[in-house]
Amino acid sequence: MIELKAKNLTRYFEQRCVFKDLNFDLNKGNVLVILGKNGSGKTTLLRILAGILSPSKGEVRYALNGDGLKGARLQKVISLVAPDLNLYDELTALENLMFLSKVQGFDLKEKDMIEKMDQVGLEKRASDLLGSFSSGMKQRLKYVSALIKEPLVLLLDEPKANLDEEGILFLEKVVQDQKQRGILIWATSNKEEKEYGDQILQLDE
Amino acid sequence: MEIKSSSWMSKAYWVFQKDIKSELRTRYGLNALVMFAVITLTAVSFAVGQFFSGTKILASLFWIVVFFSAMSGLAQVFIKEEETKTVNLLKLVASNESIFLGKFFFNLILLFILEVIIIPLFLILLNVQISNFSLFLCIVILGTIGLVCATTIIAAIVSKARVKGALFAVLSFPILLPLLITVIQGTNLALEGSEFSQGWSELKFLISYCVVMGVGSFLLFDFVWRE
Repeated sequence: MIELKAKNLTRYFEQRCVFKDLNFDLNKGNVLVILGKNGSGKTTLLRILAGILSPSKGEVRYALNGDGLKGARLQKVISLVAPDLNLYDELTALENLMFLSKVQGFDLKEKDMIEKMDQVGLEKRASDLLGSFSSGMKQRLKYVSALIKEPLVLLLDEPKANLDEEGILFLEKVVQDQKQRGILIWATSNKEEKEYGDQILQLDE
Repeated sequence: MEIKSSSWMSKAYWVFQKDIKSELRTRYGLNALVMFAVITLTAVSFAVGQFFSGTKILASLFWIVVFFSAMSGLAQVFIKEEETKTVNLLKLVASNESIFLGKFFFNLILLFILEVIIIPLFLILLNVQISNFSLFLCIVILGTIGLVCATTIIAAIVSKARVKGALFAVLSFPILLPLLITVIQGTNLALEGSEFSQGWSELKFLISYCVVMGVGSFLLFDFVWRE
């Protein structure tokens, strides 16, 4: 079972304190919604939780069945979907997914990837350059890429951004699947989206 | 999802392959390298003329062209990831070792392609005769590997800075100075027609430089890459 403990998380950018002494514990099946205005530090917190940014103070601990997860082992169980986490525009949709799969050590075939793209209605655009995709299509492909490894921890930054109704339906399914599989962390500025969470973290108070 | 165990090298290959595909479609780095090299070589050939025979100056000019071309193109390998906001994705999915090795081999191929273009141009435009071609080839290969070892790690450092281009040259110059002096001396010996054994001290230095800089860059990359 996957566990996440955040203790006294604090982050400064030079002299500016983005957030201070955040504490929360999450287990399999939990959904944490991080609420906050623009600039409140939601994206920064997600980056710290994803392990691509260090906190100025405090620590994040992950454990799988009681064993601590760090570095490469942690990398294998975490996925992040965020507006500032782009795929490669100069590669096709299929090439993007194949690259992400291979570089993480998965032995998936092109056929498997096209099946995954079929879930978000992109299978006919598999051979098109990502640069020719709309922002909504790019967002859907980001979900497909994040779900390749069936992550135990899924971090979503403004998850509904650029999605149409069909995309939001897909997202609802992602949420349900993730609750079965592990932990979901959802960062948003929209207060209506707090209904997704069983824990709420308000950042700009 | 089961993960197939694969080595750094195979993952590095995928990073390398991704960069090659991307470069073939955008020519982001290669254009900068080749354009700079060709323009500089042409300007130099007009300035010194075809009948100039000072081998030391010719060797210096050749490496100045390679050095400044490298400055204009090799940093792109990391800067592009920052500018297109793909850097965090790469950090999330790939190990540091595979990223460094993938980017290193990409820069190496880029610089070798540049040299395949500019060496014949250098020979034709400046009417240069290489009297000891095997020594020249060894110096060029080792010099290029050393140059790429140093510039790949510096590119990773400057990719986070605001004034990337200027900082890249400023940081690279002191680190590359011993390499440049040695490759110029070695190239001069090759142009003069010295025996291979006379260039051995330069070759030994270049091998040492490549080993030290390669290992140092590989070990340092972890600290540079993770914020």
